[in-house]
Amino acid sequence: MLPENLKYTKEHEWVKIDNDQATFGITEHAQSEMGDVTFVELPEKEASIEQSKAFSTIESVKAASEIYAPLSGSVTDTNEELINKPELINESPYEKGWICKIKLSNPAEADKLMDAMAYQQYLETLKK
Amino acid sequence: MQLIFEKSKDGKKVFPVPENDTPAKFKLDKKYMRETSAELPQVSEFDVVRHFTGLSKMNLSVDSNFYPLGSCTMKYNPKFTEALAALEGFCDLHPFLPWLSGGARYAQGALELIYQLQKQLCEITGMSAFTTQPLAGAHGELTGILLIAAYHEHKGNRRKIVLIPDSGHGTNPATATIAGYQVKTIASDKNGVLDLNALKSSLNKDVAAIMLTCPNTLGIFNSQIKEVTDLAHKEGTLVYCDGANLNAILGRARPGDLGFDAVHVNLHKTFATPHGGGGPGAGPVGVKKELAPFLPVPRITRENKGNFGLDFNSKLSIGHIAPFYGNFLVLLKAYAYILALGKNGLLEVSENAVINANYIMHKLKDYYELPYNRGCMHECIFSASKQAKNGVHALDIAKALIDKGIHPPTIYFPLIVKEAMMIEPTETESKETLDSFINVMIELSKLAEDDPSKFKDFPKTTPVGRLDEVKAAKDLNLRT
Amino acid sequence: MSYISNTQDDKLKMLQAIGIKDGDAEKLFKDIPKDLRARSFNIQPGKNEYEVTQHVKGLAEKNNTRLISFLGAGYYDHFIPAAIDALASRSEFYTAYTPYQSEASQGTLQAIYEYQSAICRLTGMDVANASLYDGGTAVFEATMMAMRITKKSKFLIDSGLNPIHKKILYTHSDNLPVDFKETSDVNKLLDDKTAAIILQNPNFFGTITDYTDIIKKAHNAGAVVIMSVYPLSLGILKTPAEMGADIVIGECQSLGIPLSFGGPYLGFMATKKEYVRKMPGRIAGVTTDALGRRGFVLTLQTREQHIRREKATSNICSNQALCALRALIYMCLLGKEGLKKVAQSSAVKAEYAKNILSKIKGIKLEKTLPTFNEFVIELPVKADKITQKMQDKGFIAGFPLGRFYDNMEKHLLVAVTEKHTKQQIDRYAKALELLLCN
Repeated sequence: MLPENLKYTKEHEWVKIDNDQATFGITEHAQSEMGDVTFVELPEKEASIEQSKAFSTIESVKAASEIYAPLSGSVTDTNEELINKPELINESPYEKGWICKIKLSNPAEADKLMDAMAYQQYLETLKK
Repeated sequence: MQLIFEKSKDGKKVFPVPENDTPAKFKLDKKYMRETSAELPQVSEFDVVRHFTGLSKMNLSVDSNFYPLGSCTMKYNPKFTEALAALEGFCDLHPFLPWLSGGARYAQGALELIYQLQKQLCEITGMSAFTTQPLAGAHGELTGILLIAAYHEHKGNRRKIVLIPDSGHGTNPATATIAGYQVKTIASDKNGVLDLNALKSSLNKDVAAIMLTCPNTLGIFNSQIKEVTDLAHKEGTLVYCDGANLNAILGRARPGDLGFDAVHVNLHKTFATPHGGGGPGAGPVGVKKELAPFLPVPRITRENKGNFGLDFNSKLSIGHIAPFYGNFLVLLKAYAYILALGKNGLLEVSENAVINANYIMHKLKDYYELPYNRGCMHECIFSASKQAKNGVHALDIAKALIDKGIHPPTIYFPLIVKEAMMIEPTETESKETLDSFINVMIELSKLAEDDPSKFKDFPKTTPVGRLDEVKAAKDLNLRT
Repeated sequence: MSYISNTQDDKLKMLQAIGIKDGDAEKLFKDIPKDLRARSFNIQPGKNEYEVTQHVKGLAEKNNTRLISFLGAGYYDHFIPAAIDALASRSEFYTAYTPYQSEASQGTLQAIYEYQSAICRLTGMDVANASLYDGGTAVFEATMMAMRITKKSKFLIDSGLNPIHKKILYTHSDNLPVDFKETSDVNKLLDDKTAAIILQNPNFFGTITDYTDIIKKAHNAGAVVIMSVYPLSLGILKTPAEMGADIVIGECQSLGIPLSFGGPYLGFMATKKEYVRKMPGRIAGVTTDALGRRGFVLTLQTREQHIRREKATSNICSNQALCALRALIYMCLLGKEGLKKVAQSSAVKAEYAKNILSKIKGIKLEKTLPTFNEFVIELPVKADKITQKMQDKGFIAGFPLGRFYDNMEKHLLVAVTEKHTKQQIDRYAKALELLLCN
C-alpha cells in the first residue's frame, strides 16, 4: 500500500514534505527491482541539490542506480544508519530507509510531483 | 581450503637467491628503506606446489568440462602452441632490443612472426592493415574508436556520438565513453537485428561511429549489414566491428567486405589462445586504408633485403596503446594456430561451430523458450522464462549444471532477452558431448516442472554451495 | 591440423536433426547473402603440428637471447623459478575463464584474493584489484580514478615517469577533458585545481626518492597522489603506503613473468580503503555459503562494464589473470625473506657495477643519487653508437637515453639483477673500457 501522505516521482523516489523541510527515499517498487541493497552513497551535509538531478547512488549486487532529487534544496541531515545497515531500504523503504532531509529552496516544485494515486496508476502502466 | 598466508611458518626454507659474489656491500640510507619486511608467506616450494595444485582442482575448465559460455568461444587450446610460447628465443627476448641501433638483427624471428600474423589477419578479416598492440578485446575496441576519433579530428570535426545497439556487449558503451563520446542506444527489431528505421533516424553528421557485433550477440547475422554500413558512410560515419563472434563466419564473410572500417579480433576466442582464468588475451585491430595512418607506433616494417624493423615515424599516429607490440606470446599462439589450420581448417571451424549450435537449438527448443525462432550462427539464445514461472530462473539452471560438471552458459546477457541463456558449444566439441548436455538440459526442464524447489539447493557437489554475494558486497573483505 | 571432434557421420546426423536432410551445411549460412561472401580467402593450406613447430622454432632461432644484457628501462631479467611455469600451466588454471560462476571457479577466485592480499602486503595499501593490462595502461586507469575521486582534471607528471607509460597515458586520454603538465618540481605547480600528481619510485633513471614531504604538500593542496613503483624493489624500499600515496600502480613483469618481447605483462593497482568503489578492474572478496563455508566471489561488480556500461569505471573485461597467478606464485616462493634477498642482491650487484664503471676513464657517474638496480652513466660519445659496438662484443650495454631525451644522447641506463655474476659485470666493464679507449 502506497503511503498517502507522500509525493512520488517517475524515477521511483518518494518525498515527505513538512513545511519547508522534506525527506527523500526510494519506493517499494524501486527497492524490489534493485534487490538487496549493499551500499548507499549519502550526499554531503549542506550540499545543494537540484530537482531531477542525481544526488546519490544506491548499489545492490546486480545494479547501481542513481537517485534523482524530487525537489531542490540543501541537505540538512543524512540517514547514517544506512552506512552499516543498507538493507533498511529493502526492509522499510518509506520509514527506516529514508536517505536524507533537505531544507527546500523552492517549495512550489512539489506541484510537479505525483500523489499516491497518480503514482499507483503510473506503476500500472509500467507493468504493461 | 586454507589461504597460502594461513600456511606460512617462520623458519621455512624458502626459495634461494644467488649469493653476492661481488665485494660490494649493500648500503642504502635508512630513510629510503621500508620499516618492516613485506608480510609475504614463508612456505617451502613443496608447500606452494601442493597449495596451487589443490586450488586448480576447484575449477571447471575447458580441458576438463564442457564450457559453453556464450560469446567467449571456449574452444580447445592446442598444446603445441603452449610449447612454442615457452621457447627461450621468445621468452627471454627484451622488447626494447629492436629500438637500439643494430638491435633489430637480434629480434628478426619475433618481428617476422608479428609481421606475418598481421598479414594473415588482414586476409582473414578483409582489412588493409593491422596493429597487434591492443592487450585484450576491450582494449582493441578502445583502439578502434580512438583511431576513428583521430580520423574525424584530422578531417576537422571529431563529432560527438557513437551508436550502439541495445544488444551490444557492455565493453562497447564503456569504450565509447572513455574515447570521449556520448553513447546513443539503437533498438533491435523483433527479428533480433538492428532496427534500420531506428538507425536511419539516429544517423547524422554528429555521429562518429556505429559499433556493431557481427554476427550480433544474439548469434544472428544481419543480412542487411551492407545497407547499414552504406547508410553510415553516406553521413561520413565510420562503422566498427566488434569481432568477438568471428568464429561463426571464418572464411565465409569478412568484416572488410561487409563495409566495416575497423575490426578487432579476440585471439583468445577465435584463434584458440587460452583464456587463462580471465586473461591474458589479445585484441588486434584491423583497419581500412583510410585509418591506417593513425595506427599506433611502432609499426613492423620489412625492407627490400627482407629484414624486419620498426617504424616510429608516423605523424598522424595516435601513439602508444601498449608499451611494445602487444601480448607477443599470445600473438605467437594465434599465428601457429592459423598456420596449422590453414584455409580448410578455418572453414571447418565456422562450419562445425554453426552446426553444433544449431543442433543444440533444435534439440532444446521444445523445452526452453526461443526468443528468436530462426536459425542461429555459432551460438544460440534461450530464455528460461517458462521455467521462471515456477520460480526456476536462469541462475538456478546455471547452478544445477555446475553439479553435473558442466560450466553454465552465459546468463542474463544480452540484456534484451529476459532470463537469457547464451549457449556457444564451439566447433571442437563432439556430438557425444552435445547429446549429453542436451539430455541434462531436458532433465532440468522436467525437474523445473515437477519439483522446482530442488533448484535452490544447487550446486551441492562443489566445494562451496551458493555464495552470499550480498554479504560479499556489504561486509567487504578483499584481502587478508 | 584439425581440432574438430565431429565425424562426417556425426555432422550428417546433426544436419538431419536440424532439418537439413541433404546434409548441405551451406544452408546454415543462408543469412549471409551471396554477394557478401568473402571476396578472397587466400590462406595457405594447413600444416601439421610437426611442420608448424619446425617453422616457429626456426623463427625463435632467428632471435638472439644469448647476449649478456644490462638492458632494463622498466622491464627486467630476474630469475623465474621453474615451479611457476609448472603451476601456471595446469590446464585447470589456464583453460578456465573469468570466474563469474563462483562455485565453479573457487581455484581462480581464491588465487585472485591471495594475489590481491600479496600486493597489499607488498605495497602497504589497503585494497588491490585483480589486475590491469600492464604498468602503462595502469597509469591511465589511475588518472581516471583520480578524476572520479577529486572531480578535477589537472595532472602534474613527475619527469621521472617511464616515458613509454607516459605515451600510453597520453594516447588513452586524448579525447578526455584532462590537462597534463610534466615537471621536475611537482610542488611548485600544485594548486587547488590539481587532481593528482603522478610519481614513480625508483624513477625511470633508477633513482630512489622519499616522496613523503611532496605527498604531504599534495594532500594539503587537495590533490591525490598516484605512485608507480617497481614491485620487486619493495623487498627493501620504503613503501608507497609509508609515504602516503593514494593510488599505487606498477608493472609486475619482474615478479615471475618473462621478458616475452613485450607481453603479456601485468599491471597492478592498489589503493586506500575509502577509494575502493572508484577503483577499476575485477575484485575478489570473501563470503560464505549457506552452510557457513568460506568462499570467494567477484564483488563490487556494479563498477564494471557488464553492469554499468557507459558509466563503468573502466571498459576492462579480460585482464591478465594468469600473469597475476604467476606473480602470486613468485611472491609465495620467494616469500618475506626471499623477496628482500632478491632486491638486495640486485641492488648490491648494481652497486658493484657502479663502482667498476665509475673507475673507467671517460665515464661519468652521479654517485650521490641513491639508486636501486639501475643507474645512469654518461659516456664521452653517443651512447647509441657504443651500444651498437658492444653488441658485437656480446653485450647489450643498456638503454641509450637519447632515444627519449634529446639532451641525454651520451647517457646510458644500465640495469643489473641478481642473475648477473661478478664475472659478467667485470667482462662488461672491460669491454666498455676497451671500446672507449679507441
